[in-house]
Formats: sequence, structure tokens, C-alpha cells
Amino acid sequence: MTEKTEQKPPIIEVRALTKSFGSQQVLTGINLDVYEGEIMVVMGGSGCGKSTLLRHLIGSIVPDKGSIKLFNREISTMSEPELNDVRKRFGILFQSGALINSMTVGDNVALPIREHTALDERTIEIMVKIKLELVNLREHADKMPAQLSGGMKKRAGLARAIALDPQILFYDEPSAGLDPVTSAEIDQLIIDLTRKLNVTSVVVTHEMDSAFTIADRMCMLDKGIILKVDTRREFELLRESSVEKLSNQRDQLIRQFLRGDAEGPLTRCKEKSNYEEDLLERV
Amino acid sequence: MNQSTPSTEQPDNLRGLVHSLVHGLALLGGATISIGGKALGMIGSMSLLLAEATGVVLRGVFVPQQRLGQAHLMAQMVRVGVRAIPIIVLIQSVIGMILPLQMFPELDKFGQAEQIATINAIAAFRELGPLMTAIILSGFAGASIAAELGTMVTSEEIEALHSMALNPVRFLVVPRLLATIIMTVLLTVIADIVMVAGGWLTAIKLGIDSDIFFLLTRDAISMTGFLTGLTKAAVFGLLVGLIACFLGLSVKPWQGSDGVGHATTNTVVYSIVAIVVADAVFTVIFYSYGMFT
Repeated sequence: MTEKTEQKPPIIEVRALTKSFGSQQVLTGINLDVYEGEIMVVMGGSGCGKSTLLRHLIGSIVPDKGSIKLFNREISTMSEPELNDVRKRFGILFQSGALINSMTVGDNVALPIREHTALDERTIEIMVKIKLELVNLREHADKMPAQLSGGMKKRAGLARAIALDPQILFYDEPSAGLDPVTSAEIDQLIIDLTRKLNVTSVVVTHEMDSAFTIADRMCMLDKGIILKVDTRREFELLRESSVEKLSNQRDQLIRQFLRGDAEGPLTRCKEKSNYEEDLLERV
Repeated sequence: MNQSTPSTEQPDNLRGLVHSLVHGLALLGGATISIGGKALGMIGSMSLLLAEATGVVLRGVFVPQQRLGQAHLMAQMVRVGVRAIPIIVLIQSVIGMILPLQMFPELDKFGQAEQIATINAIAAFRELGPLMTAIILSGFAGASIAAELGTMVTSEEIEALHSMALNPVRFLVVPRLLATIIMTVLLTVIADIVMVAGGWLTAIKLGIDSDIFFLLTRDAISMTGFLTGLTKAAVFGLLVGLIACFLGLSVKPWQGSDGVGHATTNTVVYSIVAIVVADAVFTVIFYSYGMFT
């Protein structure tokens, strides 16, 4: 499947993306291609820059250097109205769902349709029902976001993200803060939606179970640098391989992250800190 | 040798004192410049926000496809204004009772006791009606708008609006701004009337004839007086709404509840300062154009 898709030009194309906040370098020389119809999972530990990368892709943050192309159009230099045209073609599921708390679930889903189309209210109502049915929330349309559980909020957020039939869906930590069953439901939903609606999905996560369930291809990010972009199969092989067989530090590091081991190159660098001296200095 | 030591120390001490004084002054100056710079920067950013909001309103009025969202406006007006009515009635009626009572002994000495009606009416319509309404609304509407928008920033709602290609200024700021302006004006009318009513109660208690009280009140209020009061109210309402929206949206996502708290407190403080400064400016303008005669 991946070999076939890679023939086409990428729908998202990131080249040499660099960003720093103040003196802190957050992203360094990021190159990433995402092809039409695939699920790309971006993994990495907390603070590795994966959320920052996502915010670049949706045009919330402007890069210091490099280019970001969505639908073959450079978005980093776009004006706000141009960017808004592109924004109507993708949807985002935020970490907390980001529903407008003063509106019902149904109104939240209807919001982008009401604002960006000239459809009449009855058509919008039908569309909202269809979107909510896709995420199994049709009977909760009249509830306020505060009445929903965390998983339901995410599903409602997803219904809103697909309201305008986007071509790309971005997910920011879709399974963070959810119980395993709900998390698995969301994973299944991501796969279903990607296949049913024929969209391209970019998922940012640090939950490995979820990553291996949904991914076509994966991308491992650490300290603002991409360590590896490859198919799920390759990452699975890397996870199952024994540590002795891996010659380079990078593969060992990825393996540790994929397996969630406490021992490995990721944690070893922390042991070298000057903890003892720091403690003794104060005495 | 012993004598020379204090004489050389003296200028040294003096120099040290002068040096630290100059240093202190420099620090003070630096702080003033940085606070002044910050204030200027904030006024600049707020002007931009106001310009953008005005643009949205004008487009809404002149371009038929552009929706302004009357439903939002109504909801905001109810939220901004209706809850504040009881407290405005309470405060203004009590002030209306107190002010004439305090004026009464002095005026009575000159046999002009019934003039408390005039004083009360002028104070109500020109000054205390708009001023007290705006100050109460800075607490009621301003704080709640700032807290709401600040929380929307921290819960990613503002970012979500951006990502859906929706402009938060059109969607959130404009209805709140219009609502605070309209409601400050409407509530000022209530505040004016209630204060006169309070004064009337005191007047009756003090044995002043009801008819004379209302006659003098009517004479004291000119149309200009009433309208300048409402103009003030509109501007005060704009200031409260603008400061609240600006500070609310200025909260950064990572600041969390702390940032929301700061925005809320600052909204009330800055609003009251802005209202009083604007009031002084208005008084000077109205006075120099002879609108007080």
C-alpha cells in the first residue's frame, strides 16, 4: 500500500523546518512527507517538539526557516485570508477536544458549516446528524460540552473536525488522558474515518499501543530532530529486535522508546548529571 | 594623618551618596520608561483590536453576506446587563438617598433646602449615573468577559476557532464589545432614574414637597446634560469591553489559571483607571464647550 501511495506527490511536504523560541531550539531541519490516504504517526517524548511541529502544519506557528507545503501550496508565507482557504480543507482534533463550551455539541459541529457555507438550516441539521452518527454521538447533540466525558468530548471534537469534509485530519494526542477501552475506540475511529472518508491523517502521540494500531507509516522525533521515518513494519521489527544486534545509538534509543523501557540511551544521559555535586555544594 | 582621613572620606561618602542617588534616579527613570512603554504598547495593541472590530462591524452593516450574529449579541447583552440591574438599582438608590442628605444642612442654612433636588439630578445625570454604572460593569461584565476569553485561550478554544478559519474578533470580540456599549448606556438610564428616586425619598423625609422636588429636578436636567451623560456611558462601556476582550485574549495558553486570574484582576483595575481618566477628559471638553450651562 505504501509503495503505491509514494508514487503520488505528497499532500504534506515539510522541508528543512527550523524553529526556536528565544534561545531554545525546538525543531531542527525537519523533513517530512505525508502521502494521500495514509495515517502518519508522529511519536516522541514530552517536549520533543511534536506538538510544535503539528502547530506549524496547521499554520498556527510561522517557522524561522524552511518550507511547509499543504496541497502543494506554501503555507508559511501565506496571508491570513489565504491561510483561511487552506484551513477549510483540513480538520484538527485538539488534545482536549477544544469544543466551544458555551454551545451545545450539535451547535459545535454545525459551527464551521454555518460559518463557511450558505446551506439552509435543515440541511445543516442533517449534516450534523450524519457527522455525529459517524462518531456515535447522535443522541447527545443537545448536551453541553461540560456534560460529556473526556472520550465523548474528543469524539465530538472529531465530529466537528470532519464537518466540512476535510482532506487532511490532524490529531493532537488523541488517546491522552483516556482509559484503555475508550482509547482503543478512538483508535478504531481514526482508522475507520481515514478509510471511509478517504482522508489523510497525521496523528501526534506518545502512546505506543495506539501508534502501532493505527499507523501506516511512523516518524520518531527526539529533541527537535527526526530520528527515523519508516513504515510501521520497520518500526515493529526494530521494537522486537534484541538490543545487542543494534549497532548504533539512534536505533537503540528508538527501540527503548517503542518498548517503553526504563533502561536505555534515553535515560542513560540523565544519569550523567551533576546531581551529587549539586547536593553537596549546598551543604 | 588622622586629620586628613575624615576630610578625604567626606567627599568620598558624598560622592557615594550622589552616585547611589543618581543610580536610584536612573532605575526609577528606567522603570517609568518601561511601564510607560508597556502602557503605550498596550494602548497601541488595543487600538488595533478596536480598529479590527470596527472594520468587522462596518463590513457587517454594508456587506449583506457578512453575518454579524444578532443571536450572539442578544445573548451577550443579557449576560452583561441583566444580572447587573439589581446591584445598580441598590447602589444608585442609596447614593441618591445619601447625597441630598449630606447637602441638606448647608443648603438649609441659606433657606435653599429644596435645591437638593437640583444637586441630586445634576450629579446623577452628568456624573454618577454613567460613572457608577461603568464601574459596576467593569466588575460584572469586564471581569467575566476577561475570564471567559482567557479560559477559552487556555482550553485551546481560540486556537480551534483560528484553525476553523473563524476570526475570534468577529466571533467573540464584536458581540461582547457591542453588548457592553449598549448595556452601559441602557443601565445608565436606569441608574439616573433610580438615583433621582432615591433623592426623592430623602426629600420627602426632610419635609420637602414632592411637586417642588420634581419641578426642580426637571429644570436641572437639560437634554444636553442627559445626552452628554449617555455619550460618556457609551465610551465607558467601550473601554470596559475593549480592555476585557484584549486582556482576556492576551492570556497565553501555558499561563493556565494563573494567567486568567491576572487578566481578570487587571481588567477591573485598568477599566476603572481608564474610566476615570476618560471622565476627566470629557469634563474638560464639555466644560470648555460650555455644555454645563
